[in-house]
Amino acid sequence: MKIAVPREVHPGERRVATTPDVVQQLLKLGFEVSVESEAGLPASFSDDAYAAAGATIVSDTRALWDGADIVLKVRAPEHHPGLGADEVDLIKPGQTLVSFVWPGQNEELLARLAATGGNVIAMDMVPRISRAQKMDALSSMANIAGYRAIIEAATQFGRFFTGQITAAGKVPPAKVMIIGAGVAGLAAIGAAKSLGAIVRAFDTRPEVKEQVESMDAEFLELDFKEEGSGEGGYAKVMSKEFIEAEMALFAAQAREVDIIVTTALIPGKPAPKLITKEMVESMADGSVIVDLAAEQGGNCELTVPGEINRVHGVTIIGYTDLPSRLATQSSQLYGTNLRHLLTDMTPEKDGNAVIDMDDEVIRGATVIKAGEITWPPPPPKLSAAPPQAKAAAAPPPPAEEKKKNPWASVALLAGGALALWSLGRVAPPEFMSHFTVFVLACFVGYQVIWNVTPALHTPLMSVTNAISGIIVIGALLQISTSSFLVTLLAGLAILIATINIAGGFLVTQRMLRMFRK
Amino acid sequence: MASGIVTASYIIAAVLFILSLGGLSHPETARRGNAYGIAGMVIAILATVFSNQVTDYAVLIVVMLIGGTVGVQAARRVQMTEMPELVAILHSFVGLAAVLIGFATYLVGLEGFHGAERTIHEVEIYLGILIGAVTFTGSVIAFGKLRGKIDGKPVLLPGRHWLNLGIGVACIWIGSGFVGAQSTGTAVFLLVLMTLLAFAFGVHMVMAIGGADMPVVVSMLNSYSGWAAAATGFMLSNDLLIVTGALVGSSGAILSYIMCRAMNRHFLAVIAGGFGTSGGGAATSYEGEVTSVSAEETAELLREAKHVVIVPGYGMAVAQAQNTVYEITKSLREKGKEVRFAIHPVAGRMPGHMNVLLAEARVPYDIVLEMEEINDDFPATDVVLVIGANDIVNPAAQDEPGSPIAGMPVLEVWKANTTVVLKRSMASGYAGVDNPLFFRENTRMLFGDAKQSLDAVLAALHA
Repeated sequence: MKIAVPREVHPGERRVATTPDVVQQLLKLGFEVSVESEAGLPASFSDDAYAAAGATIVSDTRALWDGADIVLKVRAPEHHPGLGADEVDLIKPGQTLVSFVWPGQNEELLARLAATGGNVIAMDMVPRISRAQKMDALSSMANIAGYRAIIEAATQFGRFFTGQITAAGKVPPAKVMIIGAGVAGLAAIGAAKSLGAIVRAFDTRPEVKEQVESMDAEFLELDFKEEGSGEGGYAKVMSKEFIEAEMALFAAQAREVDIIVTTALIPGKPAPKLITKEMVESMADGSVIVDLAAEQGGNCELTVPGEINRVHGVTIIGYTDLPSRLATQSSQLYGTNLRHLLTDMTPEKDGNAVIDMDDEVIRGATVIKAGEITWPPPPPKLSAAPPQAKAAAAPPPPAEEKKKNPWASVALLAGGALALWSLGRVAPPEFMSHFTVFVLACFVGYQVIWNVTPALHTPLMSVTNAISGIIVIGALLQISTSSFLVTLLAGLAILIATINIAGGFLVTQRMLRMFRK
Repeated sequence: MASGIVTASYIIAAVLFILSLGGLSHPETARRGNAYGIAGMVIAILATVFSNQVTDYAVLIVVMLIGGTVGVQAARRVQMTEMPELVAILHSFVGLAAVLIGFATYLVGLEGFHGAERTIHEVEIYLGILIGAVTFTGSVIAFGKLRGKIDGKPVLLPGRHWLNLGIGVACIWIGSGFVGAQSTGTAVFLLVLMTLLAFAFGVHMVMAIGGADMPVVVSMLNSYSGWAAAATGFMLSNDLLIVTGALVGSSGAILSYIMCRAMNRHFLAVIAGGFGTSGGGAATSYEGEVTSVSAEETAELLREAKHVVIVPGYGMAVAQAQNTVYEITKSLREKGKEVRFAIHPVAGRMPGHMNVLLAEARVPYDIVLEMEEINDDFPATDVVLVIGANDIVNPAAQDEPGSPIAGMPVLEVWKANTTVVLKRSMASGYAGVDNPLFFRENTRMLFGDAKQSLDAVLAALHA
């Protein structure tokens, strides 16, 4: 099958859907790869590099589209200014387009794509399950966006991120607040942290607390309990009370921090407004806000999508093309995501990609199959968080408290006493005195042994072993008789009991010496 | 030496023994406890040797020197993984000594005993030999099973309960003939007959118990060896023997009880043997996909984790992997991670087996925790490493009332974020029960020999 990679036509888009490295791996899967000339130039991949990797360079856009079975793109199809035609119209029946599509926001585009009779796989619809992580382009891009957000903030921010004590005085570290600790948020935490800033993060999903803390950032918590995890590991809309508590927290933080990065998105909904005009006004002059949700309307009321807006001394960055601003990296990760997808679609490695609708990942990503809209897919059922222990399914059978009949123990005691009395009636006094010692020793043993720590149970056994070698005394008392047989028996008994004593104590000693703090 | 001084020495020895056991309540006082024990033993032996009853020193000294040397050698050479075997064989010695002393006592004669006194004395001898004989062969078989010289599977003779009952009745019947027997010849014959029966009983009893129940068997034999010593004490009217025997006997009994509780089984059921053979069809078998990981991926998981818990089992002892476990622990702790150990009471083949192995590998005891101490912490744990354990981490014990191990307290490792199970293959544990843990979504299987796998993990951690 032939794969075509056209040049992106969206103004300002610098990414490309494949890299020379990925081309090599696609060839290994049995595909032929054509790349439009200068497609990789904005991302610093030259035509020569592609050609050297084994791709054919095609300069005629129409010919490129025409000759392909699979078209790999970054952006969804749009009007091509060079051709004066729409990219949608270049798709033939049976052809497969793989790109970002955003079917939820672009229903009209989806309908037009369906009309072409081709197949469309939306990289933004790859389900969030562990098996599909390697093709999760949204995470790849979010990661880059988060990183870039901090870089953009740093270029606008007039101070160091890290704190320093210099000869010229003390520099306080910058305080950064990250709202939304998804992939982008975590990447931003990492980047800000490595620049030396003090980082705080907030998220409605409690399960990310540990991830935030694992990156050495502080997790801001509300005095309010509500579970924010929605399906597929994304956040959901929160209750009114929760949002009020949240806003109070942000207002307090805004007065304190230098940089705010917002990444709060809820799938299929406009971005929630979290940073109000008042909060922006309360921030110190020179502060920076990076709004990663700008494309969906922005988390900040004053965000201007695609631009930098300066209000009240605060710089609000509303860039919507952060991944594109790190085009080499983005192209490489996106290209690799596509390659993984194609690897899964080509199990035979014979260059024949098949759309297997029984495969959960492929099913989820495929939005149009042979001209038919297959979106939305059945919802994925797994949360990124470990499933809540199913309320301790079938609680452990309650320790069957045997309701002991109080009379039973009384009867037992009485029986024991009776047995003792009848024994005492016949037994000689000497035996009874030994018996007293015996019973008391049992009780002492009982009390002492319960105090032994379980960690020392093995030494306990070896030391009791050694102590029970005290039986040697019995043999010692008998060895000095005239009877040879008795001496022999006693001698043997002494022999083995001594092994016991020496071995038992020594091995206990050896073990106990090993126990250390 | 005056008999008053001998008695006083015995009292001192008895007190020292009690202090010795009391010292084991904490690792810090345990070594002093052992020293008390040694002191008590030395005092008791010296007092006896220098008492008026002992005159023949030549044999005594030679024999004690030989015995002492053998014991010292054995204690020096034994591997910590072989502790259960050593303990078992030492139990058998106590049993055998009790038998020999019993016969010797009878042969020395019963002069000076009349009427009820004589009867009681005869009963004491009879019981002393009986308990000693059962302890002896039972321990030898346990030793063989632990060594692997005898198959660990329970050997179940048809009608074994009847057989045991028969032996018991026969012993009582022979005993009634023995007590009051006029001719010494008849009496000795009956004693030998009973001894042989008791030997057979000991063999049969332990043969019927499976390998996983060994912790109970070993502690039970520990208890028996104590009772044997106590019986010998009655036989010889020696209070020190009675006290010591009672201490050891109750110690073993409590250990057996603790082990049985840890397996949620009745002591009698364990002794009756044949675990895993009853209740056929009740065990569910599980369908599902297991996710296997490589050593490198395991190392990666550990590197990303903050809280790690290691659950060792008998497999760690078999593979002699405890030192590698410690190296991994050290490496992780140096990286600032919290590493702890979770010990199930019946992990291994004798009580406290895992603690000793970990101590040998120089794992500090304050990060080695008991089941009750750590079970609540699993939900906050990132990675659990299960090394060669199976039944003690089986969620079926809680989830499935029909499971043969239902109700047994287990380590709730499945509540952790990720559980890595090191296992040779997909075989089920000693209890013969499938483990649904392996099929859980957050469980990863690392197949292979525990030592080799852990070496690879360690290498990957350092890489």
